[in-house]
Amino acid sequence: MLLPPEPSVTEHRSWPDESPIVSLKDVHKSFGSFEVLRGVSMDVRKGEIVCIIGPSGSGKSTLIRCINGLTPIHQGSITVEGQEVNDAKLDKLSLRRKVGIVFQQYNLFPHKTVLENVMMAPLKVLREPKAEVEARARALIAKVRLTGKEDAYPGQLSGGQQQRVAIARSLAMRPDVMLFDEVTAALDPETVKEVLVTIKELATEGMTCILVTHEMGFAREVADHVYFTDRGVIVEHGSPAQIFGAAQDPRTRQFLSQIL
Amino acid sequence: MSRRPFQLDPRLLVSGRVLSALDWRHGAALLVMFAASLTFASAQSAAAPPATPSALATLATWTPHILRGFVLNLVMSFLAMALATVLGIGLGLMQISPGRLLRLPARFFTLLLRNSPWLVILFAIMYLLPIEIRIPGGKPIEFPDWLKATLAFSLPVAGNVSEILRGAVNSIPTGQWESADGLAFTRAQTLRWIILPQCIRRAIPPWMNWYALLTLSTPMASIFSVHEAVWNAQSSMEAAGARPELLLPFYLFLLCLFFIYIYPIAICTRKLERKYAVAT
Repeated sequence: MLLPPEPSVTEHRSWPDESPIVSLKDVHKSFGSFEVLRGVSMDVRKGEIVCIIGPSGSGKSTLIRCINGLTPIHQGSITVEGQEVNDAKLDKLSLRRKVGIVFQQYNLFPHKTVLENVMMAPLKVLREPKAEVEARARALIAKVRLTGKEDAYPGQLSGGQQQRVAIARSLAMRPDVMLFDEVTAALDPETVKEVLVTIKELATEGMTCILVTHEMGFAREVADHVYFTDRGVIVEHGSPAQIFGAAQDPRTRQFLSQIL
Repeated sequence: MSRRPFQLDPRLLVSGRVLSALDWRHGAALLVMFAASLTFASAQSAAAPPATPSALATLATWTPHILRGFVLNLVMSFLAMALATVLGIGLGLMQISPGRLLRLPARFFTLLLRNSPWLVILFAIMYLLPIEIRIPGGKPIEFPDWLKATLAFSLPVAGNVSEILRGAVNSIPTGQWESADGLAFTRAQTLRWIILPQCIRRAIPPWMNWYALLTLSTPMASIFSVHEAVWNAQSSMEAAGARPELLLPFYLFLLCLFFIYIYPIAICTRKLERKYAVAT
C-alpha cells in the first residue's frame, strides 16, 4: 500500500542552507494612523540566531509577530521557507508548524498540566498518535530541565519554569524557526538565566532563533546577527561585535550607552 | 508586582446573587415562624366546633399531596434548566461569533429574553402555544400546561446563560487565544480545547444561582392551574374547609420546603465560588 510521505520534520529540514529561511522585504504595518513598521527588510539563514534590540515602542514585538502571521501586515512580503505569509489564502497550519512562538507572558493553558500543555497541539491539531506525542513531550520536558513537573499545573510553577514549559510546548510542534518575544522581560532576575540557558542550548543544536530581547549580554554572546530597530525601521545591523563594539549610527550608540 | 492574568470580574457573571445572601439563620427564622403559626392555628381550631381537626393534623393529612406537587416543581426546574442550558449555550456561542449574521440576532434575543418580565413570557407562551401539535400523518403530540410553563421558565434563564457564557469567554485573557493561534489551533479548536474548558468552572456558580431562581419561580405555574406544590396547597386548604387559620402554616410550610431544597445548593455554590476565587 502506498502511503503519502510523512510530512514532518524531514520535509522542513530539507530547506537549503544557503538561501534565507525567513525573509522580510519592505514590511509596513500600521495600527490606525500610527505606522509601527515603516519598511523593514531582513534575511535570516537556517541555524542563525538573530537578536532584535531597540527602545520600547520601536516595533520589535510587532515585527516578530508578523513573521508567523499573528499580526497581518499592510505592505511588503514575508516568506518562511518560501511560503508567503502576507497572503489572503495563507495556509496557517503549514506556516505555524514551521514557526513556533514564545511570549513574554508565557500564556500556558492554566487548566492543563505541564505534560498536557506540551502534548495538546500535536494531539489536537496534528492528530498524531498519543504514545508518540507523549514520548516526545516527556523528552522535551526533560530537555528544558523540568522532569518531575509533568503533572504540575502552570499556577504551581515559577515564572522561569512556566516559560520553559512554553518553550517545550512550542517545540512539540517540531518547528524549524523559533520566535521569542521578550521572553525574559516578565521574569524575576534569578530565573532569567535558566530560560536563557535553555534558549542557548536550542541555538547550539542548530535551531533557527529570532529573539526580541533586552538581554544585551545574551545577545552579544549568542547572536550571529543583531538588528537595532528604532521608530519602525532597522537603523543598523551586523555581527554583535560590530553593533556592540563599533556602532556606526548615533541612535544605536545612544541606545546602547543608556542600556549598558 | 505580578500580574494576575486569570482574574475575573464577578459582576460580569453573577446577576442575581440570591444564593450568596442565603444564610442558615433565615432557615431557623422560617422554622420558628412556621412552628409559631402552627401553635397559633391549632389554638384557634381548638376553640372551634369539636369535630374540627387541628391545623397540625390537617397539614399532616395533606402533606403527601403537597409533596407530590413539589415533585412536579422539581421536574419542571430540571427540565427547564436543561433546556435553558442548551438554548443558552447555543445563543452564547452565536453571541461570540465573529460573523455579524449570527452575532447580532443572538445579541438581540439574549437581551430580549433577559429583560422581559418572567410573567409576561409565561402568559405569552401559555396562550401562544397550542394544546397539541399535529404532525401530518402522525398522532397529535399533547402539550400539557406544565410542559408549556416549563418552556416559558426556561426562556429567560436561557438568555442569562447566554450572557454568562459570553462574559466568561470575554474574561479569558487574549494571550490564551494568541498562544493557541501560534500553535496552529483553529478558532473552533481553541474554543473547544482551551477557552470553553476554562469557562466552565467560572460559569458554574452563576449557573447554579440561576437554577435556584428558576426553581423559586416554578410556583408561578399555579396561575394556570398546574398541579404543583402551591396549587396543591391551595386545593388542600379548600378541601379542609377553607379555614383562614390554615393560611399561614400552609404557606410557611411551602417556604420551608423550598428553603430545604435551595439551601444546600446555596452552600455548594458559595463553596465553589470561594474555591475558584482562591484557585485563580
